[in-house]
Amino acid sequence: MNAVGFDQVTLAYGGRRVLTGVSFAIVQGEFVALLGANGSGKTTILRAILGLVRPQGGTITVLDKPPRRGNPVIGYVPQLRRGSVQTSISGLDLVAGATGGHRWGWPVASATEKVAAWKALEQVGATDIARRPFDRLSGGERQRILIAQALTGEPKLLLLDEPLISLDAGHQRTIIELAREIGQRLGIAVIFCSHDINPLLKAADKVLYVGNGKAAVGKVDEVISGPVLSGLYGTPIHVVHVEGRIFVMADGIELEGHAHAHDA
Amino acid sequence: MLTMLEYEFMRNAFAASAIVGIVAGAVGYFLVLRGQTFAGHALAHVGFPGATGAALVGLSPFFGLTAFTLAAGIGIGLLGERAHRDVAIGIVLTLSLGLGLLFLHFYTTNAAQATSVLFGNVLGIGFRTVLVLAAMAIVTLAALTLIARPLLFASLQPELAEAKGVNLELVSTLFMVIVAVATAEATQIVGVLLVFALMVAPAATALHLTRGVLAGVVVSILIAVAIAWASLVLAYFTDWPTSFFITALGALGYLSAGAASRLRAA
Repeated sequence: MNAVGFDQVTLAYGGRRVLTGVSFAIVQGEFVALLGANGSGKTTILRAILGLVRPQGGTITVLDKPPRRGNPVIGYVPQLRRGSVQTSISGLDLVAGATGGHRWGWPVASATEKVAAWKALEQVGATDIARRPFDRLSGGERQRILIAQALTGEPKLLLLDEPLISLDAGHQRTIIELAREIGQRLGIAVIFCSHDINPLLKAADKVLYVGNGKAAVGKVDEVISGPVLSGLYGTPIHVVHVEGRIFVMADGIELEGHAHAHDA
Repeated sequence: MLTMLEYEFMRNAFAASAIVGIVAGAVGYFLVLRGQTFAGHALAHVGFPGATGAALVGLSPFFGLTAFTLAAGIGIGLLGERAHRDVAIGIVLTLSLGLGLLFLHFYTTNAAQATSVLFGNVLGIGFRTVLVLAAMAIVTLAALTLIARPLLFASLQPELAEAKGVNLELVSTLFMVIVAVATAEATQIVGVLLVFALMVAPAATALHLTRGVLAGVVVSILIAVAIAWASLVLAYFTDWPTSFFITALGALGYLSAGAASRLRAA
C-alpha cells in the first residue's frame, strides 16, 4: 500500500505555483527525507497531504483515499516558529489538549485523553518533562512534546515539518533517530522535512527532493547527484562531497539556505 | 465602611463591577493568550460613535455602543490576519473618535455624557442596567465555555489545529463577537478609553501567576473583581474617580506580578 501518492500534481501557494505536474509514491513504512531549499514548496506538499491545500491539477492519495481536512490517520508536527507556542501550559496538557482540541466545549481533558497523552509521551521518552511548563523546555524537549502530540491518534502516517530548525547537531541526531524508530515500531511511513540534507543522509530510506517546481524521488545517491539535480533545476548543479557531508552547489553558491522560518 | 452599601447606587456599582469583572477577566485571559489585546482597545473606540450617535437619535447609548462593537468584532474576525494593518486600524480608530465627537457636538443637552462614555461612570449605573449586564454576561460566558477548547488549541498551535479540522476563521470570528460584547460591558464601568484596564491588566497578571488554563481564568476573574471593588471603596472614601483607581490598581498588579515572576526565574 502507498502511504502517499502524487499523480501529476500541481500545487499553488498564495497565488504562486510551487509544484507543476509532480508524481511520486511513498510506500507504507518508509522513512522519507523531504528536502529542498527554503520556499521550494515542502510545507505546501505537507499541507496538500493534510487536505489543507487543494491541488490545481492531478490527484493525491493518502493511504489510498483522497486527502481530507482533519484526517485522523495523519500525525503532524508543524514547524515550530520562533515565538510560537509561548505558553506556560505543561507538555502533558498540550498533548492532551491536542487529542480532542477540535471538539467544542471547555478545555478539560477526559480520562481517555489523558491516558492517550501519557502513552504518546512514553513513546517519545518525554514522561519526565511532561509536567514542566512548555516555555521552560529546551528546543529538543519541545520537539519531543510536539512529536508526542502527533502520536495520540494512532497515526498511519507521520509528517514532520522542519523539526531540526534551531537544534544543535546532537539534538538533531536524537530527533531523527526518534522519528525513524517510531516509524519502524508502528510500521508507518514518516515524511521528514528539512532544508539541510546532511543530518538525514544516513537515516533516510528515500529522498524526495523538491526544487524549481519539480520533484525527484529515489535513494539518496540516486537523487542527490549532479545530473539529476541539474535536470531538476535546468542549470548545472554540482554535488560536492566533503568529509562525509554533501553540498549542493549552483554557480559556486550553496543551494540550501540556512535556517530561517518560511511559509511555503 | 458598610454604610456605603446603604446607598442604592453603591449597591448597583458593586453588582455591576462584579459582573463585568467576571466577564472581562475570563474573556481577557484568552485575548491576552492570543496576543489580540489591541482588538479589545479598538472595539471600544469603535463603540464611542455608537454610544453618542444613539444618544443623538434618542436611543440608549449602551445599546448603540454594543451594536457598534458587535459589528466591528465581526469585521475584525472576518478580516483575520488582514485586520492587523496598524495604519488602517489607527485611521479607523481616530475616525471613530472623531465621529463620536461630532455626534456629541450636536447632542449638547448633557455635557457630562462625554466624560462618562469616555471614562466610565460606574456610580451612575441603574438597577435595570445591572440586569442587562447580568443577562449579557451569562450569554457571553456560555458562548466562551462552548468555544474555549478549539479556541485554546487554535491560539496556541494554529497550524496543528487547522490540520486537525478546527475551522480557524469560525473560531476567531466567534471569539471576536464574544470580545465585542465583553468590551461593551466593560465600557459601562471604565469607559471606552480605559477598557484595557479591566480586559487586559488582570488577565496579563494572571498569565504571569498561573500555569493551567482553568487556574488562569479563575485568577484573572478574581483580580478583575478585586480591582473593581477596591476601586469603588477607594473612590467612596477619596471622592476621586473610580476609573482612575481601576487603572492604577491594574498597572500595580501587572508590574508586581511581572517583578515576582522575574524574581522566581532568577
